Order: sequence, then C-alpha cells, then structure tokens
Amino acid sequence: MKGNEALAEAAIRSGCDAYFGYPITPQSEVLEYLSKFANMRTGMVVLQAESEVASINMVYGAAGTGKRVMTSSSSPGISLMQEGISYIACAELPCLIVNVNRGGPGLGTIQPAQGDYFQAVKGGGHGDYRLIVLAPASVQEMSDFVPLAFDLAFKWRNPVMILSDGALGQMMEKVDLFEEQPRRTAVEPWATVGKPKDRERNIITSLFIEPQKMEEVNLKLQAKYREIEKTEVRYETVDCEDAEYLLTAYGLVARICHKAAQIGREQGIKIGVFRPKTLYPFPSAALNELSRRVKWILDVEMNAGQMVEDVRLAVEGNARVEFHGRMGGIVPTPEEILGKLKEKLSGGLS
Amino acid sequence: MNERTMLSEERHFENMIQAESICTAENLVYERPGTLLDVTMHYCPGCGHGVAHRLLMEVVDELGIQSQTIGIAPVGCSVFAYNYMNIDMQEAAHGRATAAATGIKRVLPEKYVFTYQGDGDLAAIGTGETIHTCNRGENILIVFINNGVYGMTGGQMAPTTLPGMKTTTSPYGRDVKVQGYPLKIADIVATLPGSFYVTRQAVHTPAYVRKAKKAMLKSFQYQKLGKGTCFIEIVSNCPSNWKMTPVESNRWVKEHMLPYYPLGDLKVPSEKETAQ
Repeated sequence: MKGNEALAEAAIRSGCDAYFGYPITPQSEVLEYLSKFANMRTGMVVLQAESEVASINMVYGAAGTGKRVMTSSSSPGISLMQEGISYIACAELPCLIVNVNRGGPGLGTIQPAQGDYFQAVKGGGHGDYRLIVLAPASVQEMSDFVPLAFDLAFKWRNPVMILSDGALGQMMEKVDLFEEQPRRTAVEPWATVGKPKDRERNIITSLFIEPQKMEEVNLKLQAKYREIEKTEVRYETVDCEDAEYLLTAYGLVARICHKAAQIGREQGIKIGVFRPKTLYPFPSAALNELSRRVKWILDVEMNAGQMVEDVRLAVEGNARVEFHGRMGGIVPTPEEILGKLKEKLSGGLS
Repeated sequence: MNERTMLSEERHFENMIQAESICTAENLVYERPGTLLDVTMHYCPGCGHGVAHRLLMEVVDELGIQSQTIGIAPVGCSVFAYNYMNIDMQEAAHGRATAAATGIKRVLPEKYVFTYQGDGDLAAIGTGETIHTCNRGENILIVFINNGVYGMTGGQMAPTTLPGMKTTTSPYGRDVKVQGYPLKIADIVATLPGSFYVTRQAVHTPAYVRKAKKAMLKSFQYQKLGKGTCFIEIVSNCPSNWKMTPVESNRWVKEHMLPYYPLGDLKVPSEKETAQ
C-alpha cells in the first residue's frame, strides 16, 4: 500500500469518527481513500472543506464533541491551520493532524522534505503550546501511528501530529494492518453534546481574558507537557551497542541512515543510528546517555538543520554534533551520508 | 435613564418600595428564560445583543431543547455569549464559527446547532466559511448581528458600514471609491441553493423584537427537517461606537440602516418544503 493509503485505512480501522480535509499534493490520497471507503464501511464522516482554514476549524468543532477527529495536509496547508491548532491546543481538544511534509518555504515543491520540524515540534502557531509529534519511518508506521496518535490525543487531551513526508506518503510497501476497532460510543464528560439537566454546561474555549486566569491555564498546559515529556518518549536505536559514531535522524532519513551504517560497518566503521519516534517529547535523556559512549555524532535531515538543535541540547556537549542536510525535496543517498561521515573522519575528526 | 436621575432620592425609594409590593408570583407576566443565566452582561446599555441573546434562549426554552442545543460564540462583542447562555457552547476563532458548527453538526446530526456572529466575523474574515457553509446546506442556524461596525475592537469600519458612515478607520466617512461598498451578505446567502430560510430582522422596537423571535422559532423548527441552512440577519445598533444614546441609536437604525438593509424575508421555503 501507499503510505497515505495505509494511513487512511488505519484511520478507518481506528474507529475515527470524522475527517475534514482539503486536497494538496503529496497527501491527497488520504482524502481520496477516505472519500471512497470510510463512510460506507463505518459511517465515518468525510468532508472536503473549502480550505485548510475551514478544515482545522471543523476539526475544532467536532473534536469539542469528544469524537475521534482528524485532518491531513501538506506543508503550506499546515501553515494555514496554525491558528486553529493553537486554539485546539489551548482548549485541550484531542485530535490528529497529519503533515505529509513537502519542500518549502513558500509554495515550494511537492517533493519530500523535513523543513516543518520546527513548526511541528516547537509550537507552530501563536502562544506557548506543544503538539505530541510522531515521526513514522515506514508505511507500516504510517498505519501503526494512527491508533497510537488517537490514544495519546485522548489520554492527554492534546492535539497529536503525525509528521511524515512526501516520500513516505507516496511510496509503496507491504503493511500489516491491525484489526478494525469499533467506533467509540463513550461520551467525554467535558464534551459539548448538549447540556442535560444534571450537569453544568460545558464550554470549549481558548479565551481567558484575565491575566491571572490565562497564566493558570498556561501553567496547567506546561505541567501537562512536563508529564508527557516524562512518559511518552519513544525512540529506536540500531547497532548502537558498540558504535563509535552515531547517526541521528528521523523519518525517512533514518531509514537511509540505516543503510549508510550498514555499508559503513562492512568497511569496518562502527556506526549506530538513533531515531526519535516522538519528536515531541524528544528522547533527550536516551540520546544524552548514548552520546557519552560515542566519539561524535552526525545528524542528517532533509532541511537546513532543525532537529540538530534538539540533538545538541540533549547531548549537552558530551560529544561533537556535526550536521548534514539536503533541502528543496532532495533525498540524500546512503553513500552520500557515509561519504560525509568519512569526509569528516579524514578531515581530522576522529 | 434621564428621568430617573431627575427623581429626588426620596421619590426614588418610594418607587422602589411600591415596585417590591407588586413583585409577587401572581403578578408575574414576564420572566427571564431559564436558559438565560442570571448574570450581568458585559454589553453596553441599549445594545441589541442582550435582546437577541434573550430571544434565542426563550426559543430554546419554549421548544424544550436545552439538552440538545450547542451554540457557537464568535470573536467580537459576543465572544462571551457562552457566559450568558446555559447550554453547551464552543468559542470559535474569528470568522470560523460556521466551520466549527459544521464539524459539530456533522458528528451530531440529531442536535440543534447555531452560530451567533457579528458583521466583521461573518461578513469579512469569515466570508468564505459563511458562503460555503450555506452552500453545503449545513443544517444549522446562523444568527448574524449587523451593526455596521467592529464593536469589540473599538468602532472600526466593518464590511457592512454604510457609505459615508464615520468610524475610527473611516474617520471622514466611508468612501465607497476607496473602501468599497457595504456587503449585503444575507442577499448573497439567499441566492445559494443550500440555504433554506433567509430573513432580515431587527430588534429596535417591541414589534420587531417579536418578529425576530418568530424567525428564530421557525429556524429551529426547520433545523429538524434537515433541509438546509437558516440564516437570520438582525440589523442592530452600537450606541457606544456610534456615539449615541440608546434611543438615538435605535432611531439611527430606522433612518439609516434599514433603508440600506431592508427588513423582511429574503428566502422562504414553500409549504411543501416545510411539511414534516
């Protein structure tokens, strides 16, 4: 299956109640697949909105009723959604937002890129908030991360983003699909579904005009984020036990790094790969621990160097952190990455 | 108000005692609807919002649909509408109330959903959402308060500001050659196949208040039919930003707003269409 289709199929199987979206390459297959199959199979609502701005606000409304709701888009569309995402984060509504990252800035290119790391991980819209950000590296994870995202969204009442890229969305791989879950019937106690006589009215809002109240809300959000940082970190290490050199990368690039490391090991260079599966919360402690045991680190991304900032913060100077990035929709090859590592070795970095 | 300040303090107390003696259950002919919360509103004296809020909640009460109704507050003066209505409510981003309402109604099609929006919210920043929501025929009620000005931010020019009308951002009067024409968005909505019932009402006199309430009642009843969007424009006032007394502002509604925004139905379903 194509990555985008696997993700859409996983949404149906996760018991998703509603999808609101707008076409944009390279993620339109999500909307297309759901339009074709979702409603007839589970009664799931699928609606093509007039814009990404409308999509995310439809998500806001529907998420406020406590339903499993999602949208997907690609970089420029995700930029348009930022205001709505900020509202959703402040109002503490669970939902899933999928970004099939393409090259930017501006209208950019439809080819894969990782230039939206900062936007996804550091907030993106206005105000102090965080999304839980999951970074799949295979079509399998495009499927597996969907139910995980919904579970995390409801556990923490927080929007979750799956940060994919144009290649993962478009490429075809074998995928093991999980059993279909029924759509939930439970009503969340905070949801706006109509006020019965025996409870106070529920209000979904992100407006707290008194500074004291607004600070309280912020402190509550920050306390939640600290808890998420403690409990929801996910990452993968490959060949790190005896590694002298460490490659750090997320998503598609991590897969390419695996190949680079494999070729490197065949040539006698002990390379390991560290891949965060959650970009927020970032696996800082695990990486810090690992950084004490390696000579230096090469961070590889399809951008000008974004996750590398979090890598350096995590490493706390334990090891030198070098960076290699490609932009504009160019995907680095394993040989290129290994070449970069060797170049630094011969350049005196041992 | 002027009359009251003219009263001597003594006379004022006398009136209060008299008033208390007639405030008994058997004399009660008019009371606060149960779904309108007993709190002080933040609206300026004489503002039409209070009346429109009350009408909505009267209708919700009379239909007995408190437990089935979800409202959306906009960004603007009525951003705090949820503080006054004892129903489940959501506060939407500026202009996006009808998108949020779409999201709610699509997952809870059996519930009653309404948005309550001002002219800046609905007819400027939210024009796209307004048109497309109505064109999809979402089964919701849109209550549109048009007072020709951005109230909450302090009286700036709105898409509905009349030609020549002075606001803080059209201090010499709206020049249509520079700032364009007032947008008659209800007329546009009425042309869309998805809209079911479109009407323009006012709340500046008791007779019009009663008519506006009738329109709201009908709209909620129509929502049950699931045949499209109901859209009620209420031409209202803004005493504070128009820099008028409440009485003057209501006169101004009649003399200036209504000639440009004539009252009445813009789209009425046929009897066949409203048959259950």
